[in-house]
Amino acid sequence: MNTFSRWVGDRLILVLGLLVLLYMFVPIFVVILMSFNAPGSRNSYTFNGFTLDNWLNLCEPYQLCSSLRTSIEIGLLATLVATLLGTLMAFAMVRHRFRGRSSANLFVFLPMATPEIVMGSSLLALFVNAGFAGALGFWTIFVAHVLFCLSFVVVTVKARLSGLDPRLEQAAADLYANEWQTFWRVSFPLVFPGILAAALLSFSLSFDDFIITNLNAGQEVTFPMFVWGANQRGIPPQINVVGTVMFTVALLVVLLGEMGSRRRAAR
Amino acid sequence: MSAAGHISSLGPAEAELDGPPDPEGQKRGWSGYLLLLPGALWLLLFFVVPTVTLVATSLYDPSGSLQLGYQMTGHWQNYVDALRDYGPQFVRSLIYALIATIACIVLGFPLAYAIAFKAGRWKNLMLVAVIAPFFTSFLVRTLSWQYILGDNEALVSVLRALHVLGPEGYLLATPFAVVTGLTYNFLPFMVLPLYASLEKIDPRLIEAGTDLYASPFTTFRTVTLPLAMPGLVAGTLLTFIPAAGDYINSELLGNPRTRMIGNEIQDLFGAGDYPTAAALSVTLMAAIVVLVFVYVRRAGTEELV
Repeated sequence: MNTFSRWVGDRLILVLGLLVLLYMFVPIFVVILMSFNAPGSRNSYTFNGFTLDNWLNLCEPYQLCSSLRTSIEIGLLATLVATLLGTLMAFAMVRHRFRGRSSANLFVFLPMATPEIVMGSSLLALFVNAGFAGALGFWTIFVAHVLFCLSFVVVTVKARLSGLDPRLEQAAADLYANEWQTFWRVSFPLVFPGILAAALLSFSLSFDDFIITNLNAGQEVTFPMFVWGANQRGIPPQINVVGTVMFTVALLVVLLGEMGSRRRAAR
Repeated sequence: MSAAGHISSLGPAEAELDGPPDPEGQKRGWSGYLLLLPGALWLLLFFVVPTVTLVATSLYDPSGSLQLGYQMTGHWQNYVDALRDYGPQFVRSLIYALIATIACIVLGFPLAYAIAFKAGRWKNLMLVAVIAPFFTSFLVRTLSWQYILGDNEALVSVLRALHVLGPEGYLLATPFAVVTGLTYNFLPFMVLPLYASLEKIDPRLIEAGTDLYASPFTTFRTVTLPLAMPGLVAGTLLTFIPAAGDYINSELLGNPRTRMIGNEIQDLFGAGDYPTAAALSVTLMAAIVVLVFVYVRRAGTEELV
């Protein structure tokens, strides 16, 4: 009886977990379905029939593709800078001993604990007070994105780095590698998966951000801002195509990474 | 540092190895500062300085404007006015965020538990599944809920047929829809830290509870829950904080009477009333800092940062 109830308990929790997971995917299924919807009326959120038109005429809605382009450009640039600065910080915080380490930790954690609306308003207050009210646009968005990506990069790279045995680096030094060689031949390849994960996370955070961007964008329009505007005018079904593509690409990248790390583990 | 540490589990290539590095692996001297410098400067210039500027802006004379310029007069009255005018939105934001956080715990715990202990070789796949919806744009997902909860769609029809909703009942544009959206959007932030905590628990501790004739509930309360506490605290903060400041769900799924503090701050900035908007922002941040502090104290987890 006891084993039976335990068996039921085991299955029950798994079923519950899978149900929650299913709930998390329901909106995604809707997005994928709607990307193939033939729009009947102004409100594209009623399924009328299957079509590939939305996929073939992606750029038809005004500003959709230009906003996508802006988002990708900002995403790549912010990822590059945030990953570089964040990786350096992570190395300093794990591999170096200095005064004020715990305040450095707090300093990195705080931006993650700040609501987006507060971070966005602070930046806007700074830009406006510094006389940049008219210059809000691509570069102010870039500055903001680097800022909120930075902490996530530090945390991700730190997690990878603190799991590495420092004796590997010491061994390299013992074998007469200088600091530069030790870094590029030993530390960097070992930490690389962490850096890659951090970069992917940065890009998706940047690409998806709305609240902070909206406050600091001036006349610039990113993809989330396009979606926001479209909600007021009537939603073009092409938005769901972009959602579907993003989901598929991200899933592929994550699964490839997973396979890669399995293969490495098997070796 | 644990809350921050848990977020790293978002990364697919999480470090499998554990254990702090040998202290001897740390270098001394000024090179550490040099590596820290560019990032720290960025944080100082674009996080610390703006926060100070925000506080200053909240004390400007409200009779100024963006075009004519503002005067710094130490106008504390801004806070009194802001709270008088926007008190209800404040309370509403905190209540919605609280309900959403509780819903995230209720939904997230079984999922995190299942992944940690019951998933077997499907563990990694399930973790990927938790992050995957995350990658479709936040706004696109929320618009998708607009459709799911819509008046003429399947869900409302079914609930009407089952008499859960009245014949004229609806879901969209209600507080329920807003909280549903908040719960949905921030659920991964609860699941991942919870999973990270649960995964560290030795399953033999739970078995020992059962072997000693503790009921499943007693085992859960006295063994599993205390050990999962760091993840629960981190998850609660990571869901509550963004939920309290969010205005996307309220705007897309709510009605004028579900407006949250984020909606007001955004609109005030849009209308050029910087001092009031800044005062509201500072108050929100202060409220969150206080709540975080009290919560972390109560939950007895000082290892957060």
